[in-house]
This record gives sequence, structure tokens and C-alpha cells, in this order.
Amino acid sequence: MFGDYSIGDLGSIFVMQGFAGLILFSVYVLMALGLAIIFGQMGVINMAHGEFMILGAYVTWLTSNAFQEYLPSLFPGYFFLAMVLAFLASGALGMLVEWGLIRHLYKRPLDTLLATWGLSLILQQAYRSIFGAREVGVELPQWMLGSLKVTDTIEVPINGVFVMCLTVLITVVVAYVLYLSRWGRQVRAVVQNRIMAGAVGINTEKVDRYTFGLGCGIAGVAGSAFTMIGSTGPTSGQLYIVDTFLVVVFGGAASLLGTIASAFSISQTQSTLEFFMSGSMAKVLTLLAVVGILMLRPQGLFALKVRK
Amino acid sequence: MIINSRFFNRSELIGFIALAALLFVILPLSLDVFRLNLVAKYLTYAFVAIGLVLCWGYGGILSLGQGVFFGLGGYCMAMFLKLEASSVENTKIQSTPGIPDFMDWNQITALPFFWQPFHSLTLTILLIILVPGLFALIIGTAMFKRRVGGTYFAIITQAVAAILTILIVGQQGYTGGINGMTDLRTLKGWDIRPDHAKVILYFFEVFLLFGCILLAQFIRLTKLGRILVAMREQEDRVRFSGYSVANFKIFAFCMAAVFAAIGGAMFALNVGFMSPSFVGIVPSIEMVIYTAVGGRMSIFGAVWGAMLVNFAKTSLSESFPQLWLFGLGALFIAVVLAFPNGLSGLWADYVQPRIDRLLASRKSKMSNGADSSVAAGAPAE
Repeated sequence: MFGDYSIGDLGSIFVMQGFAGLILFSVYVLMALGLAIIFGQMGVINMAHGEFMILGAYVTWLTSNAFQEYLPSLFPGYFFLAMVLAFLASGALGMLVEWGLIRHLYKRPLDTLLATWGLSLILQQAYRSIFGAREVGVELPQWMLGSLKVTDTIEVPINGVFVMCLTVLITVVVAYVLYLSRWGRQVRAVVQNRIMAGAVGINTEKVDRYTFGLGCGIAGVAGSAFTMIGSTGPTSGQLYIVDTFLVVVFGGAASLLGTIASAFSISQTQSTLEFFMSGSMAKVLTLLAVVGILMLRPQGLFALKVRK
Repeated sequence: MIINSRFFNRSELIGFIALAALLFVILPLSLDVFRLNLVAKYLTYAFVAIGLVLCWGYGGILSLGQGVFFGLGGYCMAMFLKLEASSVENTKIQSTPGIPDFMDWNQITALPFFWQPFHSLTLTILLIILVPGLFALIIGTAMFKRRVGGTYFAIITQAVAAILTILIVGQQGYTGGINGMTDLRTLKGWDIRPDHAKVILYFFEVFLLFGCILLAQFIRLTKLGRILVAMREQEDRVRFSGYSVANFKIFAFCMAAVFAAIGGAMFALNVGFMSPSFVGIVPSIEMVIYTAVGGRMSIFGAVWGAMLVNFAKTSLSESFPQLWLFGLGALFIAVVLAFPNGLSGLWADYVQPRIDRLLASRKSKMSNGADSSVAAGAPAE
């Protein structure tokens, strides 16, 4: 399969496919971060995670339209406001859902799965009724179009670079919040021992609500970033949900580093394979490998050692 | 606790007779063939739902990949029917006569090796049971021997459903792709399309369904059923008592897979085609809701759940397509939050006590105040 290409071509192919893989990696990381917080820290399976992401994408789309209409001079910078709005919208909806639905089901994880699936169906239909069934795409500001020429054969698109920088930034912020801030310590305390955390004065219900809200908010930001590289439809979220769950499980729940490592390996495998075979077979092989490894090592790549 | 040694207790017997009367007598007499065929389609999901009662309700293993087994069973049946429909006489215009039309469109000139067994009906029937059964055995062994369960198991079965769908859609030349296998005509020379054939197939399916109900009821009553419940409640205690928890889980999962596969095969026969849209993640989760609505602990409830949810789906999506997804979503949430034991739970809580009271008062009137507690039988599970 390598016979037709020269060494230099092969190098370029790997770099370009590697870069395509990095963009996929960024999307996976952004989606999986929110899920890793909700599933990893709280043990809640949120099947509506993709729909929270799509909410962020629609908020971004609305913001970009509003800027085009009313503030065309500020249009190049609309994205930064849109991201904040997406975070707030998804986070607020997430906290509402936690209050109305999830908190009644903490002891029944399988039932949470079914209930959030129901929620995702309702949200999908709501998007379809409000925004229409057709996919929408945002118009990118001028500075995000085009690509950077690295060498003669290697080019990288600017919006991809932007999404990657964004991913790094958000990951750093999340890591800081979870591991260095006071609130993050409370979250981890509740995860490790809910009863003791409550006994030392942590308001565990409040921590739960904000954790869920944060996870959903990050999903909203992911959706916002997603509009940079693809169009958004009512069911786009569902396409990614299983992949994202596999990323989180494969990385080892409750491990931020594991999530990043698994998102990296899965996305790189898939995009490299995609060059040599059809996209569907590449996906099948990647998913099969992940499921196979999970069968051999159910705790995932990076397992947290906790006494049960 | 008094163990009831009879096969059905009183309320289960009533449920059994009511269901039998409905499916064997009332529906065939009152519906036209088109509607009866729709009921037959709904009932194919009842097989899956019964399997889920054993696996999820009793064993506590939530599989979100039942569509995989439904699909495997359905595709096995469809492959046999498709081969029969693409005989050399029927496919004279193709560049390679004697192979299914979609293979010809995809420039495949010889029948692939894994299609060969489907020339024989006996082998096909065996494979309908064996392929999904073995597949479930492999997944179950890999997962349960390593004590993977609960939500992890659910996610991995879901991933398997996703993989199989992508594979079927991608390998168009071997599987018919996204369109699936259409234009199925005859079973051993007997045309399955006209009305009288549909009626016969309906009755055949109902017989099979009752066979599965009786088998599930038998499993539920044996020691095996009790161990499954014990395992769901306190897995470690069962393990410490010396039982191999993994083997019981594998058995329950394989049973559910085989039931689902029978349902899938009946689907291919009754509906006349099979496509990947019955395999993936969305249909797999919908199959869980049938069981949840009927009551995850009730075998009869599962049949009712499958029929009612599908009936609601057909009638709602015919007249108000937007409402259906809202309704289905609300149903998921309501079933989890408000009535976790489904319809059979509601029946046992509200309807059954009234019937018992009514019967008890009549009986006490007749026997003039004799022991009335006899009639207050145990509520249906």
C-alpha cells in the first residue's frame, strides 16, 4: 500500500493527515472534557451531551447573524462573545436539567442514561422546530479563512489552528479549575467520598449542580468551536456521542490526562487510516480496536486507584 | 416467603389468557390484513423486549445493543430470502445472473463465501440462533469475566451497535448498504407477499412468541431466575456463596440475544425487507423503552409495551410527526422518574388490588364471611 508514494510524499501525507487528525483530536477533547467531568467525576451518563454541544453551536450561529445585522464593524471578533454566550447558555440549561432530572437519579445510573436519552430526543426535536431541519453554517470572519503554507507540500488551515489553540486554552483552564482551585478540590472530595465531604461542610448538592453545569458549559464551547470546521444540524450531536463516550471510557474515567491521551490516539489512528481505506472502514477498525482494548483492559488507559 | 410451585400464579394466568385471547382471536378477527401485518411488525419487537426483561429486569444488565442481535437474526433470514429471490431465472438481465441485485450493481461477480450457507433453510434457521448467540457469548465472556458491568457495559454494547451499522452501510456490495435487503419474495417457493400468507405468518409469529413467553417464564421460575435477581441486588454475596456470577450473566445476555434474533428473523419475513436502520444505536435504545414502558420485571408487560409504544409511534408520526419525538422523549423521562415499574407496576399497584377486593367481597358474600384472605393473591410481579 505504500509502493506508489515516494518517501517525501509519504512524509507530507502523514503530516497532513496528522494535522487533520489534530483537528479531530481538538473536537474530541473539547467534547470529552465536558463528558469526563460529568461522567468521570459524577458517574452520570449524559446521553444529551451532544445536544448541549449543538446548543452552543446554535448560539454561535445566532450571535454571528446578530453581529452581521447590527454590528458589522465588530464582526471579526464576534466569535469570542459567542463562545462566552454558548458557555452560559449550555451551562444554565445543564444546571436546570441537573435540578429537574439528574439529582433524582444519582443512585440509578442506568436510569439516568435512559432519561437523558429522552431529554436528547426532546432537545433534537426542539432544535428542529425552532431552527429548521436543515444544517446551518456560520460565516467565518476574513482572518480565519485561508491556510498557512509551511513547506511546498504542507499546508495547514487557519481555522484548524485556531480550534487547536482554543482546545489547549480550555484544557489548561479546566485543569486549573479542577486541580488547583478551591472549588475543584471540593469537586474531587465529593467524588472520592460523598458522605465525608458532606460531613466536613461541603454543600455536595451545590457542588453537583455546578459540576454538571460546568461540564455542559464546556460542551457548549465545544459546539461553538465546532461551527468553525463544520455545519450544524439538529442531529449533529448524536453523531459524536458514542465516539466521545468511548474516548472517555478508553482514557479511564476520572482522569483528565487519560482523556486527552485517548482522544489523541483515537483521532490519529482514525485519520491516518482514512487515507489508506474508505472512511467507514477506518472508523470501524478504530472503534473495533478501542472496544477490543477495553475488553482486555476495562479500566482504560489511565486508571485512578481508589479504594472501593 | 412462600414459593409458589405453580407455573403461573392466578394473576399471571389471567394475564396469559388475556394476551392469548387478544393475539389469537380478537386482533385477527377485528383488523384488516394491513393492520394485522402492522401488529406482526410490532410483535417482532416484543421478542426483543422479553429478552430484555430477562437480561435487564432480572439480571440487571442493560444492553443498549439489542439492535445488533435483532439485525443479525433479521439479516440471516433476509439473506436466505434474497438468495431465493435472485435465482438465475429471476436475474437474467444482470451481468452475473444468480447473485443478489446489489452485488451485481457493485461489480461483484461471485457469491461471497459467507453467503453460501444461506442456500439451505435448515442451515439458515440454525444460523439465526447461532450467529447472534455466539456473538453475545463472545461479548459477554469478554466483559463479564472481567467484571465489567453497569454503565460501561451499556456504552460498549452501544459502540458495537455503531460499529455494525457502519460496517453494513459501508460494505454495500456484500450487505446491500443503507437500503438493506429489499424485494424478498418467496420462502421455499411459497410467496410471502399476498394477504393469506401474511395471516399465516402472523399466526406463526404469535405461536413463536408464546413459545418464548413460556420459556422466559420457565427460566424466571427456576433457580436460575432467582440467582439472576439475587445477583442484581447483591452481586458480591452471590459470588461469595460460590456461584459463578459471570456465567449466569453470560447466559442471560445470550438468551436475550437469541430472543432478539428470532424477532429480527420474523421481522424480515413479515415486513419483507431488512435494513441497517433497525440495527443502530437509536433503534437499540428504543427497544429498551418497550421493556421499560411495559415494566422491566414483567414478561407480559414487555409484549404490551412493545405493542403500545409502536402503535403510538405509528399513529402519532402519521398525524403529528413533530409530536412523536417530544412524546417519546417525555416517555423515557416519565418511565424513569414517575413509574419505574412501567405499566405492569401501575397495574399491580392500582388495578389489581381493586379486582382482588371485588373478588374477595363477592366470595365472602357467597361463603357468608368465610376466610376472605385466600383470594388476596400475591400481586403480579
